[in-house]
Order: sequence, then C-alpha cells, then structure tokens
Amino acid sequence: MNQIKVFWNGLVKENPTFVLLLGMCPTLGTTSSALNGMSMGLATMAVLIFSNLIISLIKNFIPDMVRIPSYIVVIASLVTILQMVIKAYAPEIDQSLGLFIPLIVVNCIILGRAEAFAAKNDPLSSVTDGVGMGLGFTMALTLLGGVRELLGTGRIFSLAVFPEDYGALVFVLAPGAFIALGYLIAIVNRLKN
Amino acid sequence: MKKLESTWYNMTVVLTLISVAAGAALAYVNDLTAGPIRIIKEQQLQDGIKAVLSADDLTVKDTEEVDGVIVYRTDKGTAVQATDPNGFGGKLTVLVGFDSKGTIQGYRVLESAETPGLGAKAGDWFQKGQKGDIIGMSPAKNNMTVSKDGGEVDAITASTITSRAFLRCVNAAYAALAAEDAQSGATRQAEDNTYEEE
Repeated sequence: MNQIKVFWNGLVKENPTFVLLLGMCPTLGTTSSALNGMSMGLATMAVLIFSNLIISLIKNFIPDMVRIPSYIVVIASLVTILQMVIKAYAPEIDQSLGLFIPLIVVNCIILGRAEAFAAKNDPLSSVTDGVGMGLGFTMALTLLGGVRELLGTGRIFSLAVFPEDYGALVFVLAPGAFIALGYLIAIVNRLKN
Repeated sequence: MKKLESTWYNMTVVLTLISVAAGAALAYVNDLTAGPIRIIKEQQLQDGIKAVLSADDLTVKDTEEVDGVIVYRTDKGTAVQATDPNGFGGKLTVLVGFDSKGTIQGYRVLESAETPGLGAKAGDWFQKGQKGDIIGMSPAKNNMTVSKDGGEVDAITASTITSRAFLRCVNAAYAALAAEDAQSGATRQAEDNTYEEE
C-alpha cells in the first residue's frame, strides 16, 4: 500500500475532526487555548500510533468475537501509561490537561482506526495511518484552540495580539467552541472542494 | 496466517493473555514513574508553602491533618491547605499562609477546575494590589465574605460562585488553625517564646 497516500488520507482527505467528525468531546473540551489543543492532539497521536501498531501486530491472534474488548484493554493500558509518564516528566501539561487524558480511552478516533484500519492492514501502514490521523487531529485542535484563544483573549500561544478587554469571552467558553468549530468545518470543506 | 476461531477456549485464553500482558506493562511503568511523581508533588507543595509565606528558605516543623484540612507549621509562619467541593467546576484547593497573629500572608490555588477566563482568575484576583486583595486581612477581624453577602472582599467579576468557594477555603483554613491553637495554645505559646529567644 502506498504510504504517502495513507498519510495524506489521515491528514487531509479524511481528517478526523473536519471530515470524519470523530472525537468531538476532547475537541470541544480542551481547545480553550492553542497550546492546550496542541498538547491534547500530540497526546492522542502518541496513543493512536502505538495502538495501531500493537493491534495490527496481534490482529491474527484475536478471535473476532472478543476483538472490541481486546482493543479496549490495549488502548486503556496505553493511555494509563501515557498519563503516568506525563505526570512524572511533564507536570505542567498534567496541570492543564490532567482531566482530559483518561478520556483518550473513549476517543472514537482511536477505536475507530483500530477497527477500520489497523485490524486489516500491515504494521507499517498502520503506523503511517496513526501518524497521519494523529497529525490531522493535532492540526485541527491547534487551529481551533488558536482561533478561540485569539478571539476570546486576544492572545495566541499566550503572545498578546490585541488587549484582552476587546476579546469576546464567549469563545473561551463552551458555546464559542461550537461556533468556532462550525465555521472551521465550513471553511475547510469549502477549501477542500 | 489464518485468524483464530471464536471458540470459548480461544476467546478465554486470548483475553486473559492480553490482560496479563497489559497488567505487567502497567506495573512496570508505575514502578518507573512512582518516584518522580512523588518528588514533583512534594516539590510543588514546598514551593507553594514558600510562596504563600513569602520566604525563600524555611523548614516545616510539624504537619497535622484535621477533617481534610492540612496545617503545615514552619519557622516562618503557618501554611494551611483547605479544600471546598463546591467551586463552579468542582473541587477547589487553596493553600493559605498565616503569620503568628492569623493575618493572611499569601495564598496559592493548588487545584481547581474553574472556568478559564472567569473563575480561573482566582489565582491572581485576590493577590496583593489586585481588585480582590485579601493579603493582610485576617478572618478573625475582617468579615471575609464577598460584598454581595455583606462581606469586605470584592468577588471576581461574573464569578461569585468561585469567589465564595475560595473564601470558604480561606475561612476553613483559619478555623482549623484557630481550633488547633486553642487546643494546644499553652504549649504552643511556650514553644513560640523559646523560638524567639533563639
């Protein structure tokens, strides 16, 4: 299988956020700033790459009827390992994203790619798919976080662009997440066609 | 290679093996990270105590826990950690520093799930020189509730619930300190005098 095609598929053609609309919970919840969005995207990408790799390696040993519980055990273990590593070596990220890391377990992107891609393809393609999808997700979250941070607080990656008093607070809160995401999906799909 | 059949035997064995392998991996990583995590927690608490007592160097002499409120006695004053379960987004944990007369020296929000841009401002709002300045006040002398409730503290704009929870933490911290002082007042007094002489 053509690796570049697989990669491009995850990044643009079937972008998990803008096209497949998978994993909306962390997308809306964590993107109150560009940095938060990016960290969440990278954490998800790390789990996605390893879960795709492991599942594609063991796919032939898993009887069909127990494949979902098996995948969930693999994914949940990976997320727990990631959480412990972040707590131990990156306490700043733990402070801002600690609550959301365990939610990666139930992120549909990860189980979705395990079921739709890793369970049918070879390990190399599965890793490429993980990198592509992961980067697509990270890019989307960073973009959404950036837009919300800029409109809400006048900063981007904590660098001031205009004074905070002119920011529309609603963009940092939940309703702004829906509004910004809706417009971004519309713009991306317009550009893509 | 052909896929394994979905027989009872195969399913049981495979699920068990996967779970055991996952368990082993988790145990190994937990073992690796438990040390660093403990050190970081300890470090954050130490930094917090130093910050709220505005001292660069201090030693914790005594730690006591009463009903979830933790009192850290140091040679530069007392830091008290109190938690309120009813912040706007959930649990709010605040570390407050008191001098020997019960006057607030400083505070730090240790744990919070407040709304970014609103309640999350609690970390700065009540600091010295800010609008809701509580430094130098004492729950014994001042009425430390928000002005809407008849108190002396200006609540964070549009975040009265967070402000109330924050002040409940401060008052609970002082209450624990005062209760403990009343209990062991005599001995504590004697100890304090000896420290002054040193």
